[in-house]
Amino acid sequence: MLDTSLLSLVTLLPAAGALVLAVLPARPAALHRWLALALSLVVFILSLAVWFRFDPDLPSFQLQEQLSWIPQYGISYHIGVDGISLLLVLLTTLLIPVVILASWSSIDAHVKGFHISLLLLTTGMIGAFVALDLFLFYVFWELMLIPMYFIIGVWGGPRRIYAAVKFVLFTMVGSLLMLVAILYLAWYHQLSTGAWSYDYLALAATAPRIALAGLWSPQALLFLAFGLAFAIKVPMFPFHTWLPDAHVEAPTGGSIILAGVLLKLGTYGFLRFNRTLFPAAWDFFVPLIVVLAVIGILYGALVAMVQPDIKKLVAYSSVSHLGYVMLGLAAGTVASTQGAILQMVNHGLSTGALFLLVGVVYERRHTRMIADYGGIAGIVPAYTGLFLLVTLSSIGLPGLNGFVGEFLILAGSWKVFPVAVVFAGLGIIVGAVYMLWMFQRVFWNPLVHDENRTLTDVNLRELLALAPLVVLIVWIGVHPTTFLSPMEAAVRSLLG
Amino acid sequence: MLGNLWLIPILCLAGAAANLALGMLRANKRLVSIVGVGSVGLATVTTFIALSEYLGQARDVIRETYFTWIAAGEFVVDASFQLDQLSAIMISFVTFVGFLIHVYSIGYMHGETDRGYARYFAYLNLFMFSMLVLVLGSNLPVLFIGWEGVGLCSYLLIGYYYEQEYCATAGKKAFIVNRIGDFGFLLAIFAAFAAFGTSEFLGLREAVAVDPGGVRAAATVIGLLLFVGAIGKSAQLPLYVWLPDAMAGPTPVSALIHAATMVTAGVYMVARTNFFYQASPAAMLTVAVVGGLTAVFAATIGLAQNDIKKVLAYSTVSQLGYMFLGAGVGAFIAAIFHVVTHAFFKACLFLGSGSVIHACGGEQDMRKMGGLRKHMPITYWTFVVATLAIAGIPLFAGFVSKDEILAKVFAAGAVDLNHFGSLYTLLWVLAVAGAFMTAFYMFRAVYMTFHGEFRGGHEAEHHLHESPPSMTLPLIILGALSVVGGILIGFPGQLFHRPELNRIEHFLHPVMAPLAAAHGEVANAGQAAHGVSLPTEWVLVITSVLVAVAGWMVARNFYVGDQAFAPARRLAERFPFVHKLLLNKYWVDELYDAVVVRPFFGLARFSWKVVDVVIIDTVFVNGSAFAVELTGDFLRFLQTGNVRNYALSVALGILVLAVVLW
Repeated sequence: MLDTSLLSLVTLLPAAGALVLAVLPARPAALHRWLALALSLVVFILSLAVWFRFDPDLPSFQLQEQLSWIPQYGISYHIGVDGISLLLVLLTTLLIPVVILASWSSIDAHVKGFHISLLLLTTGMIGAFVALDLFLFYVFWELMLIPMYFIIGVWGGPRRIYAAVKFVLFTMVGSLLMLVAILYLAWYHQLSTGAWSYDYLALAATAPRIALAGLWSPQALLFLAFGLAFAIKVPMFPFHTWLPDAHVEAPTGGSIILAGVLLKLGTYGFLRFNRTLFPAAWDFFVPLIVVLAVIGILYGALVAMVQPDIKKLVAYSSVSHLGYVMLGLAAGTVASTQGAILQMVNHGLSTGALFLLVGVVYERRHTRMIADYGGIAGIVPAYTGLFLLVTLSSIGLPGLNGFVGEFLILAGSWKVFPVAVVFAGLGIIVGAVYMLWMFQRVFWNPLVHDENRTLTDVNLRELLALAPLVVLIVWIGVHPTTFLSPMEAAVRSLLG
Repeated sequence: MLGNLWLIPILCLAGAAANLALGMLRANKRLVSIVGVGSVGLATVTTFIALSEYLGQARDVIRETYFTWIAAGEFVVDASFQLDQLSAIMISFVTFVGFLIHVYSIGYMHGETDRGYARYFAYLNLFMFSMLVLVLGSNLPVLFIGWEGVGLCSYLLIGYYYEQEYCATAGKKAFIVNRIGDFGFLLAIFAAFAAFGTSEFLGLREAVAVDPGGVRAAATVIGLLLFVGAIGKSAQLPLYVWLPDAMAGPTPVSALIHAATMVTAGVYMVARTNFFYQASPAAMLTVAVVGGLTAVFAATIGLAQNDIKKVLAYSTVSQLGYMFLGAGVGAFIAAIFHVVTHAFFKACLFLGSGSVIHACGGEQDMRKMGGLRKHMPITYWTFVVATLAIAGIPLFAGFVSKDEILAKVFAAGAVDLNHFGSLYTLLWVLAVAGAFMTAFYMFRAVYMTFHGEFRGGHEAEHHLHESPPSMTLPLIILGALSVVGGILIGFPGQLFHRPELNRIEHFLHPVMAPLAAAHGEVANAGQAAHGVSLPTEWVLVITSVLVAVAGWMVARNFYVGDQAFAPARRLAERFPFVHKLLLNKYWVDELYDAVVVRPFFGLARFSWKVVDVVIIDTVFVNGSAFAVELTGDFLRFLQTGNVRNYALSVALGILVLAVVLW
């Protein structure tokens, strides 16, 4: 079982756990917390087994499993990992226990429902990363939507309904077009080979043959149908406005998942599907992607600078950071692509940690407004130190993770798009401005609000939730080859 | 120790980590001092052991690779250190001066809380680690680790008194202005990788040396981009504005980071990558022009400052300008020589000012000082010898190095270096004028602070005292080095037909050697210096001595005796605009605020409030939702549920179809 179905186990165990929670009584709430935590740790350990079993020298998909599902239409349960999805699966399985710990005391209503949603979401996310059948991918893709809708809409802030609906509508608009495109691909496959197929590897052979002649030709439209779904998810400018609302209203755990994993599905989708299935259209649209990426980098950073709400600031900073990822993917050199993939992980760690940290003070003071803080460095020194470290990681201080990703993206893109790199480089300056200005106004300056004098420092549970993120932030900064080498073969083969 | 160079910075890093932990545990200051000073002391001892081993063997360059830091595609960056003559000089004075300032800090910071004290030493130790990585790194990215690390520590230490808003703001400003420079540095790394496929200094030097003329374009781009980084870190025009504000940090920090070591990192980098500048006359000229202009510009501001630390801060900006001026005529060795002597006398001056501020209960305004020499003789005498050194009085440390720079700049003009001769001559004139101002503002500071009568009131006068030995001992050592440091390591033997006495010139020659002699065009003022005759060199020496003494005498005339301050006041009244201009530092901060900062924030608010909220969210997002709603409302009229309406539609449809088909 463990030999042949390891990847399925990692993917489906969370959903199975959700079913178990569903039949258990709602009280005591602690039961659900502990069960979900234990399960998520098991899933994480299993995913480590995937990591150790993975052969980094092979560019192909490994640990593949294939079961026939709807054979008439060539639909199968086909999953597998390569060096690219491997890292993102591990990021997901790592973040789930972190999220459960982060939500331990902040989620106190409908605890059972929260953990069921979270576990279903987990299966959706891992499934989307490992799916090698486009129909299956779409199922997992949509599976993510519903639990996230509930997480924002039930456990969110005052405007949670607006934010949840906005999140769903934005995502649906993109994904419906993607569904049409997937159907077209299967139909085209049938047309050219005589058999229906939704299999990624099969479609990767036929889809590139679809004609491309200008914007209104089939391949370009298919590219756009996939691209829109992913661009909204990333989110790329100008499809980003759902993100700040969703983040501000989502509970801490929801924000960590959203920033840590869900956004990566957008960038991952571009690399896995748009680039591989529609290579000609990719070349056609790369200039547009580069322009939007650079706009996103600068625009996200600029808007982040003037946000009064810390969470909104971090949300806009995500727009900026993911702009770098898109730039790296668009440049398409080995270094820039590896940098982009690493930066997906980095962003998940750093931004996840930032949301977690914001949640820590929010739980104590019930405000995320920068102006409600100030001068708390002396009150909560450990918290300040951790926040500083994550801030530095986010602004790309060498020795921490963010630098390696940004460095490879920009260095790798330099030969292809030097002008874009210069503009993107300006984002590094603005990045320091908004993060350090926020840091100054929250932790430094005179302590003016007396309520903050009684703030308590991070407790053991919060420390445990942060610890793996902090360790990896330093690890990737000092020894990134641990994570770069397993993906190199896959990236080289993907880039062709 | 060779083979294990990593030990030197790691000792400091371990000290930093230990002090962070001690701070969390609220350990007492004694323990923190032992860890903080001890770790740097050990690093210093290790450094000198490594140096003696290095000097005892034949190789020029020891390169140690520890592991592969980054590897992706064609980008491979080793985590590796390199000990050669240049890094040898750098690590020796960095650890030594750093150690002295750690010792000094024990006395200076004793009034802090236990926690604050531990935090201070943790940052200071971390700084030492970063600075050592910076000078030991064997390639641009590793240098950049140290470069950003020292910037981080500078930020944290300027903001040490973080509850004071001006300190917090100054720290942030330092980091952000430096980031502008880092932007250039990063692009330079990309460009170097793209042009030469490596970022190792040895590999780059080799690649450039093969055909300096052929890679001139790349060398120019890389050289200029690197220099953007240097402008930020070493506080040159137009990015110098963070350094005066950085004085908000504790004074030992100003001495260590903002005078002796970190701010000279830009000069070090230019010297380290001298081959790019040698291959690019344009880049080299840029370095000289920026350096020369900064040297004079900052000196003029220094003339009118009343805050003792501000005088020293502008003086540092000015002296860094001299170093770049030297590098900009190809006198990289003279530039590094001045880095070293400057570390001695400027650290001495800053620590002296700290001693003064300590005695005056935190007062930094020289108008409220005066007569301190009676109360603190050690501080006074060390401050005076350091002033003699910076002013360029013969045989003191600053004289030897600054004179070498001036001589080489003059020579560059005389031999028409790279056909920019007249520009170089002009820079020489500016530099000599700057030397006059240097002597003036420094002696002005001496007289205002230590001579005359105390002007700070009776209460404060009672508290005046000499500082404890932990503070005076470093002063004495640095004072002694300010006297003999220059002639010991770089005696100007060429003036006496004994060039071999100029040790630093010989020692550093392998690192700074001219590229290929075959390429006659390639700039190298090391040879240009031979373009002027010995009598001319002597005339230059005498000129600069006269200028320095003149500056000193004017200051004495202005600020000593019964008429003290009166001539200066009269001068200010005669030229009120000039006085205001200098006093307000040319309003550069205000200018930047109006031209850069405000429009920038305006653009940010516009992006948020107009583009995001109005255009994207209201017009497009809610607009399309509204359009869907409207369409729905309209379509609702068609769905009346009335069968006769549907029948009518069907009939009309058939009619239309029939007409069309017919």
